[in-house]
Amino acid sequence: MSATTTGATAPPADTVNGSRLVLALTDCWTMTRRELAHWGRQPVQVLVGLFFPVMMLLMFNYLIGGGKGITGDYAEFLVPGMFALTMVFGLDATMVAVTTDLNKGVVDRFRSMPMANGAVLVGRSVADMLQSFASLLVMMGVGLTIGWRWHGSLAAVAGAVGLLMLLRFAMLWLGIHLAMVAGRPELVTAVQILVWPVGFLSNAFTVPANMPDWLGAAVEWNPMSAAATAVRELFGNDPGVAGTSWAAEHAMLLAVLWPVALVAVFLPLAVRRFGGLSR
Amino acid sequence: MTDAIVVEGARKRYGEKRALDGLDLVAARGTVHGVLGPNGAGKTTAVRIMATLLRADEGRVEIAGCDARRQAREVRRRIGLLGQHAAVDEELSGRQNLEMFGRLHHLGARRAGVRADELLARFGLADTGRKAVKQYSGGMRRRLDLAASLITEPEVLFLDEPTTGLDPRGRAEVWESVRSLVGGGTTVLLTTQYLEEADQLADRVSLVDHGRVIAEGTTDDLKARLGGDRIDVVVRDGAELVRAARLLPGAVGGTDALGGTDGVGGTDGVTVDADRRLASAPVTDRMEALTRVVRALQEEGIEAEDIAVRRPTLDEVFLRLTAGRTEDQNRMKEAV
Repeated sequence: MSATTTGATAPPADTVNGSRLVLALTDCWTMTRRELAHWGRQPVQVLVGLFFPVMMLLMFNYLIGGGKGITGDYAEFLVPGMFALTMVFGLDATMVAVTTDLNKGVVDRFRSMPMANGAVLVGRSVADMLQSFASLLVMMGVGLTIGWRWHGSLAAVAGAVGLLMLLRFAMLWLGIHLAMVAGRPELVTAVQILVWPVGFLSNAFTVPANMPDWLGAAVEWNPMSAAATAVRELFGNDPGVAGTSWAAEHAMLLAVLWPVALVAVFLPLAVRRFGGLSR
Repeated sequence: MTDAIVVEGARKRYGEKRALDGLDLVAARGTVHGVLGPNGAGKTTAVRIMATLLRADEGRVEIAGCDARRQAREVRRRIGLLGQHAAVDEELSGRQNLEMFGRLHHLGARRAGVRADELLARFGLADTGRKAVKQYSGGMRRRLDLAASLITEPEVLFLDEPTTGLDPRGRAEVWESVRSLVGGGTTVLLTTQYLEEADQLADRVSLVDHGRVIAEGTTDDLKARLGGDRIDVVVRDGAELVRAARLLPGAVGGTDALGGTDGVGGTDGVTVDADRRLASAPVTDRMEALTRVVRALQEEGIEAEDIAVRRPTLDEVFLRLTAGRTEDQNRMKEAV
């Protein structure tokens, strides 16, 4: 077999010289640029994506707002919960983008090119993380205008942002995997609908104490609740209503463990499934 | 190493379905090789395996001297692929697409831009290069797709049904592009459902059915084997079918005028379809054959429901090439 290889003519491309790692990073950057170019082409869609969670926040604060048993300003309680919800809803955006790509045939072209295998997924990740970070900044800005404040140190604030982005990172890989399992846009819609109950079965809007016991327990174990409770602590928005269950008392630990576990499971699965497209 | 494509005994199975069942294919460098077959014959699976998008379960696949399984990356540096569906990013402009693909071929940012402009000009897309691809017409999209396959002037170019769904003008445009490419030394593998397309473009053609090649040769070879016009006779009484079929070769080929000079018009060309009570035979002179068959049927007292002379369809080509194995045909041969 090696004889035939040496007999072949020199490869036509690869005029940029570099190690495999440099080329791989170049590919990842090219794929990230692609996603950024999408934003440039669809500014309206980007704005809608940014303002959807803002709308939810304002709706819950002014129209539905006021959870029972929450002392002090509801915005102090609600805003960090909405941060967590925004991260979880990022799942939706990721799934739609991945499914669209897979069904459009452009991924076939990528896969028939001499590019790094993972670059398509890395491009997706970087773009989605950037979008969610921008979304989080917007939400924090709006939160500040409706009366939410952080009371902790800057380091604690950075920690809270880090935890939220970690949650988003977990949703990213869950989203990529689910999109590849679902495959078709119709099935993605089904998953999109299921994201809502998961998002609302949390302590984002109200405290588990207001729920039936069994529901409250489920809510406290929700990864999103752990994140919400943890960032409330870090921002200093503790309304003094955190539960007394093990999950509620170890929210900070769970806010790290849950996303790490999700990534540990779904990142390899997603990467394998992407590689398995050739089967 | 003069062969750009070598496929030996390629098999691919999806559960119970055998998409490829021992496919063999060889294409010499700088030629156009057509792969002709009906829907579901395995053409697309074959292309996807050769273009490293799928892995064969068994068999050897060598593209431009590189093994498609173990040296996929090397193969990818040497090929271009035009799939059945436009493999471009619809949201981006034509230029953004080509520049992106250039970067992914590691041309570097500057050369990728220059190459994008060159290709846009070459495929008549320079004016619309900044518009989003979703605003392109079908023909423009196909041309952009083709341009994207040619970023690095590949050694081997795969075209999977490149003109399906295009209007005649779009089809002519694609054909023209393919012809100009081959002049540059690229080997082209082209799948198609259209005999005419293979005839227009391909040096050699492989006929594929049920995941294997059932005939291979130049288009002239194949045309000679497939024959020209055929006469169809539908008999009123199914019991008369064999008698009518036996009578056909004599009627269409047994005179001085048609004489044994035509290799196509032999007994082998007769087919019968018992369900439709239909016997069919190749003819050379349409009118002559028609009158002779009518007369012969009358003399034998066989009542015909329908008699017609027509060109062969692709289905028939396959039927004929696979017919030797069917029971009906064997019985026919014994009977004749």
